[in-house]
Amino acid sequence: MSMQASVRETPERKDAAPGRNRPERPIYLDYQATTPMDRRVLDVMIPYFTEKFGNPHSRSHAYGWEAEEAVEKARAQIAHIIGADEREVIFTSGATESNNLAIKGVAQFYKDKRNHIVTLVTEHKCVLDTCRHLQEEGFAVTYLPVKQDGLVDLAELERAITEKTVLVSIMAVNNEIGVVQPLAEIGKLCRKKGAYFHTDCAQAVGKIPLDVEAMNIDLMSISGHKLYGPKGIGALYVRRRPRIRLQAMINGGGQERGMRSGTLPTPLCVGLGEACAIAEREMPEEAKRLTRLRDRFHGAIKEKLPEVYLNGSLENRIPGNLNLSFAYVEGESLILGINDLSVSSGSACTSASLEPSYVLRALGVDEAMAHTSLRIGFGRFTTEDEVDYAVKDIVEHVTKLRDMSPLWEMFQDGVDLKSIKWAAH
Amino acid sequence: MAYSEKVIDHYNNPRNVGSLDKGAEDVGTGLVGAPACGDVMKLQIRVSADGIIQDAKFKTFGCGSAIASSSLATEWIKGKSLNDAETIKNTMIAQHLALPPVKIHCSVLAEDAIKAAIADYRAKATAKAAE
Repeated sequence: MSMQASVRETPERKDAAPGRNRPERPIYLDYQATTPMDRRVLDVMIPYFTEKFGNPHSRSHAYGWEAEEAVEKARAQIAHIIGADEREVIFTSGATESNNLAIKGVAQFYKDKRNHIVTLVTEHKCVLDTCRHLQEEGFAVTYLPVKQDGLVDLAELERAITEKTVLVSIMAVNNEIGVVQPLAEIGKLCRKKGAYFHTDCAQAVGKIPLDVEAMNIDLMSISGHKLYGPKGIGALYVRRRPRIRLQAMINGGGQERGMRSGTLPTPLCVGLGEACAIAEREMPEEAKRLTRLRDRFHGAIKEKLPEVYLNGSLENRIPGNLNLSFAYVEGESLILGINDLSVSSGSACTSASLEPSYVLRALGVDEAMAHTSLRIGFGRFTTEDEVDYAVKDIVEHVTKLRDMSPLWEMFQDGVDLKSIKWAAH
Repeated sequence: MAYSEKVIDHYNNPRNVGSLDKGAEDVGTGLVGAPACGDVMKLQIRVSADGIIQDAKFKTFGCGSAIASSSLATEWIKGKSLNDAETIKNTMIAQHLALPPVKIHCSVLAEDAIKAAIADYRAKATAKAAE
């Protein structure tokens, strides 16, 4: 394992110096979709695929014991980054499963006493879809709107929680706009009103400090592949004091204290644990570095292009995210132009529906503007050269597409676009 | 999502981008679509006294397929009579560009833009004749 320290790099990072022609591979700026695995994570995983292959649940021999030890170490690493006890962490296949288990599990277990759930309209699809599913089963769900900056209105949240509310599920960090919800205030409110607090922390773990005690969090979903760990693994924090009960969704051998049966994938567990340990260690420095890169990007874009708008709060935001509307330029056409960059569009024009992002709509961004937005995600392997190249590429293509845009022409001529009677289609 | 080579070609090298003088008697302007839907096309034609489209220009806010559809439309109508230009159907544009089903509306919009530009030119011509 002596090679561990020498391999912190990705194939992309050296290809994109601004003076050069096109990078060999697109520059990855979509860190909210997924992250590359850190080589240091892979290195600690590898032995558990081959020689240390034991079933961590085998109690009668050394193969089982060494796998179990590795899994328990990983559990402790995960618990540590969120200020929990390792007995409060269970492994799942990812944040989608964790969200399903937390919401359905709590709702089903306590349904005879309380049957109401509160969540936000800007939650991830897997939370919203789980809630819709529970509605079909007779549960009541309140979908709270958000303020223009993407944050929950705490007064409104307080009003929404009733004595029938079993669970409040509010994400820590939004996957599209990167805004950070006031978790401590939400936790305090839930505790006061007697509702359990679940938070989807897929985009938050390793990005911002989290503490389940200080924030009164009862359940927390964690994803491996959003923090430089492997895909196919996640975790759910389930509070022990006071004890939160869940109805299991996967029945079987009773692993994970009966909440999630199935043989644990040792290498993936080890990877998630190591990813948490690295993120925890490097978070203070990395947050500063990413904030610097993000501000450099944002500053240069604003300096070189007029009519660019940021969606969501800048102050309450993770360092590695921007969501920008490039007015009068349709997002998908921009993405087609900047094909040296891998970013996401806020417009859903690629799907059968022509609806733009429901998250942006929830902030009150009008549909026309939502069609012009890009999500730009910076992460551990993003370099300054890549950021500078991205600025140059985006400025060039926005300028080209604006020259081609009838809306930009009308804006330049002083025409108020809202005064025109557009034919809807 | 993969675009066809023809769409990429029109996107990278759009034909006839620009504007004609909207106020000119021999220019017809069509503006179709809506910003809220993510597509707006402006297509303009300059028509000779004998009804031939001498020049065509477009500007489009929309995805790659929308840009390609309008670019292709200007290419096809140039040199045609108004009556011939009117026979261009969205299906011909969609087929030529190999548009996938979710992008058919882009070709519909391009057909609408041609018709709207022709209608605008004819309305101007009729108004002038009535003077």
